Amino acid sequence: MESTIVKSVDYNAYFGDNHVVKNVNIDIPRNNVIAVMGPSGCGKTTFLRGINRMHELIPGATAKGKIMLNAEDVMEMHPIFVRLKIGMVFQRPNPFPNLSIYDNVIAGYKLNGIKLPKAEKDRIVEHSLTRVALWKEVKDSLTKKGSFLSGGQQQRLCIARAVAMEPEVLLFDEPTSALDPISTSTVEELFHELKKNYTLIIVTHNMQQAARVSDKTAFFYMGELVEYDETKQMFTNPKDTRTQNYITGRFS
Amino acid sequence: MKSSVDTNLATRPSESGRVVSLKTPDTVSSTKRIKRSFRQIRAENVFRRTLIIVALAMVALVLGIMLTLIFQSTLSIKSSGLGYLWGKTWDPVRDIFGAYPFILGTLLTSFLALAISIPFSFAVAVFLGEYYPQGWFPNLLKNTVELIAAVPSVIYGFWGLAVLVPIVRSFETKIGVEPVGLGIFTSAIILAIMVIPYAASLGRSMIHMVPSNLKEAAYSLGATRWEVIRSVIFPYTKSGLFAGVLLSLGRALGETMAVTMVIGNTSLIPKSIFAPGNTMASVIANEFTEADHPVYLSALIELGLVLFLVTVVINMVGKRLVGKFTNE
Repeated sequence: MESTIVKSVDYNAYFGDNHVVKNVNIDIPRNNVIAVMGPSGCGKTTFLRGINRMHELIPGATAKGKIMLNAEDVMEMHPIFVRLKIGMVFQRPNPFPNLSIYDNVIAGYKLNGIKLPKAEKDRIVEHSLTRVALWKEVKDSLTKKGSFLSGGQQQRLCIARAVAMEPEVLLFDEPTSALDPISTSTVEELFHELKKNYTLIIVTHNMQQAARVSDKTAFFYMGELVEYDETKQMFTNPKDTRTQNYITGRFS
Repeated sequence: MKSSVDTNLATRPSESGRVVSLKTPDTVSSTKRIKRSFRQIRAENVFRRTLIIVALAMVALVLGIMLTLIFQSTLSIKSSGLGYLWGKTWDPVRDIFGAYPFILGTLLTSFLALAISIPFSFAVAVFLGEYYPQGWFPNLLKNTVELIAAVPSVIYGFWGLAVLVPIVRSFETKIGVEPVGLGIFTSAIILAIMVIPYAASLGRSMIHMVPSNLKEAAYSLGATRWEVIRSVIFPYTKSGLFAGVLLSLGRALGETMAVTMVIGNTSLIPKSIFAPGNTMASVIANEFTEADHPVYLSALIELGLVLFLVTVVINMVGKRLVGKFTNE
């Protein structure tokens, strides 16, 4: 039996009076890839942003319930510590435009005012870039600006930036929706590598992607978690008619 | 060919009444329409020429002001030469004109004002741009700060005389300098208040424009709000913030009325920032009506020329620096 790393208990999220995520209970096992899918506006991204307390950065946004990371409730922790343990990658690649590739990778340390010896920084940069299969491509241009890379490379740089902090969980908010098909498949291959060391939660619009990369899939609809199961099970034999309708493309 | 003209006219809202004419015999309507289009081309040309003339008038105006200043100050330039710029004595009775005390006074008051105002304008910019962009208090603050720029400067002068001068005087008594009240320091405080809105509102809109995905990237790495401001917002907006400071400086350099009222109006070189002095603008305002002979008048106009050039140089240097920041 795999151990649970993230567990939400009666999690609710709101934008003002708008109830966007309704009573979500989910158990996420360690070293798995979890796909979160559902139609636009179903609350999947809001739920994801709730896990590392990014949701509440938006004015008027509130949340109730528990999100357990190991034995600790994320909602009770200081958001800064939560985000150090749970990294995030966004929809559009967002490397810091004023920083070099090297500085982008260790940006998390710089932002938090952590001083590291040069050798240690070099090690982290090489290690993180290797993890995202970018080291060979950029090792001779580490001093160039991050914005000099292609879209797919920028996204891998952003993953490296999150990985550099050695989090336990990595959240991905539609990480390939702004990428071309080749960059998309490179990033998808990465997921298989990354899950050896981290737990990955990926929000995706793309059902094929969910089927390709994930071990388990959660289907959200109208703010509710409708179904959560092994990916194979979900795509071959969904239990709920709404899941079935979504998978067969009756609505999107 | 014909059809393209038709659609062109029919789609114009102002021509909607004319669409009916499509039903009249072809030959008549098409000549009519061609005449119209000629008229439109002519109107288009007239419009373009008007724009060019107005644009050129702007350039001519500034050049004209500069040329007038140069011509009118030739008399003074001939009699004082370059020594005008560093001459330390200004004595109209003996026709000795040295502008150094006023150039010093202008730079001293302006940069001191800038130093005082920058923390306030940046604080307002960050508060309104990042911390609290919406709500009744931010709105009140935003409008109040903008109102600061709208208050006539003579009112600042009055307020300075009535309120600030006594305060500064008692402060001067406490620290043991000559308690005048009027002087460089008082002018700098008044100027600081007057220039806050320029840097603040430009800074606010620049900070507001920082892409939220960059801020989120920093937050997701565990940055605090202050760290996001320092490491993401400031680097991203530095050219805009600097441009705002420059606007403030331009305003401070040229401000006349309020400064004239509280600076103490003496032609001596100020011994400290608490001493009375004069700025280029305040000397012109004070002495223009007293200039009873041509050299005196010309010397005052030359002061205007110097002020004009100082402003131009500072603006050019600033633009350069802004360009440098943005290219980085």
